[in-house]
Amino acid sequence: MSSYEIFVIVFIMALVMVLGGSVIGLLRSPKSTNDQKGEQYESGIPTRGTSWMQFKVGYYLIAILFLMFDVEAVLLFPWAVIVKGMGVEGLYAVSFFLVVLILGLAYAWRKGALEWK
Amino acid sequence: MSLELIDGINKIHELLSTNIEAAWVVSLIEYVLVGLGFLTLYALIALFLIIFERKICAYFQCRKGPNRVGPWGIFQVFADMVKILIKEIIPLKHNDKLLYYAAPFIVIMGSLLTFGGLQFADGVHGVDFNVGVFYLLAVSSISIIGVMLAGWSSNNKYSLIGAMRSGAQVISFELSACLSMMAVVILGGSMNLSELMAAQNDVWFIFQSPFTVVALVIYLIAAHAETNRGPFDLPEAESELTAGYHVEYSGITFGFFYVGEYCNLFINAAIGTLVFLGGWQALHIPGCEGFNQVMDAIPSYIWMFGKTLVLIFLSLWVRWTFPRLRIDQLLKLEWKIMLPFSLANILLMAIWVVVTNN
Repeated sequence: MSSYEIFVIVFIMALVMVLGGSVIGLLRSPKSTNDQKGEQYESGIPTRGTSWMQFKVGYYLIAILFLMFDVEAVLLFPWAVIVKGMGVEGLYAVSFFLVVLILGLAYAWRKGALEWK
Repeated sequence: MSLELIDGINKIHELLSTNIEAAWVVSLIEYVLVGLGFLTLYALIALFLIIFERKICAYFQCRKGPNRVGPWGIFQVFADMVKILIKEIIPLKHNDKLLYYAAPFIVIMGSLLTFGGLQFADGVHGVDFNVGVFYLLAVSSISIIGVMLAGWSSNNKYSLIGAMRSGAQVISFELSACLSMMAVVILGGSMNLSELMAAQNDVWFIFQSPFTVVALVIYLIAAHAETNRGPFDLPEAESELTAGYHVEYSGITFGFFYVGEYCNLFINAAIGTLVFLGGWQALHIPGCEGFNQVMDAIPSYIWMFGKTLVLIFLSLWVRWTFPRLRIDQLLKLEWKIMLPFSLANILLMAIWVVVTNN
């Protein structure tokens, strides 16, 4: 049995687990309704307006920074596998990449993108 | 045990092949058996961790914990499971139905796929790609999409804030976890988990270089933060957000988030064990033949689960000891302390590997 087959099996099993659990829950659980029950929970007071609204820009900045470093990590992984065999050349090659990256982090730091405002 | 297990699997295969003519039926039955095996192990580990955490937490707080149902209350968790399965699923009025019901699927999918990529004992593993470590990192971050969907689709302010905090926190700490594992990939020269295991046969990675120790500390902090627990439990901070992103979920739909959270605890500890602490390899000291043979006598699955339990206990210890951080302190910890440290650690590790190899 190859890894790809097991991958597909596990994937399907995840769907089966949630689907099966939900079906059992829906079939076996008691049901009752009233006007208040389907309202959003806001610690007991009536809901004010919708919750689909603007949120803090800080989260957006974090996501942008994450994108930069995550792509960097993807690029560094192949290098990490072969650096042992490459020797000093591997270090030279990646040091330029890392310097640019660290400059980027330093720029974001200096500009205050890492501060929570 | 592992060899017996493989023998058992081969016997089942022979038994099926001799009794059933069509090859595809045999394959199908085997697929179903493997799938059910994974599912059972996954559920059992979640149940075990729930009772484990409740007991540990109780003793940290000088209580007894659950102690009525069965000896030491161990059947409490099964009773809870049945209860949550037949609890009412409250129909909401103003939510986004499709995304709301899709969220538990994605959370469980991310968690179970990562679980499938682990190694449990010598030769007992599921998915074993040549990019093993990378695969684990990639599929484990699927769960956060489910969390964000759950928070957004609930149309609830607590959920929204909880999901946003969870997103910012998990993706930030993902970086450190990723970079600390890269240090080990540099040392091992491979991303395949089986090859990394083979490289740890004599000495675990943690003892092979001083920089893997730094990497392990970074990984443990990052993995702890990724599970939204302990001092980093801002997304679910009870006193400010009631329950965070799953506040609108009820019955079994909530149960999936709960199970996913506990399994992620196990998965993160298991990845830490596999990558840094030798996984199912026994503790070997080069040169001490007698000691090595005694250690080899202990089965590999006991090594694996034992080391994982130690890391889980460490995580619980931290969770029930430290007070909660603020979100700005949390992100400062990641972006200003752990990220520069892990970048420097990678560079030092590469230099160390190049110098010691030449």
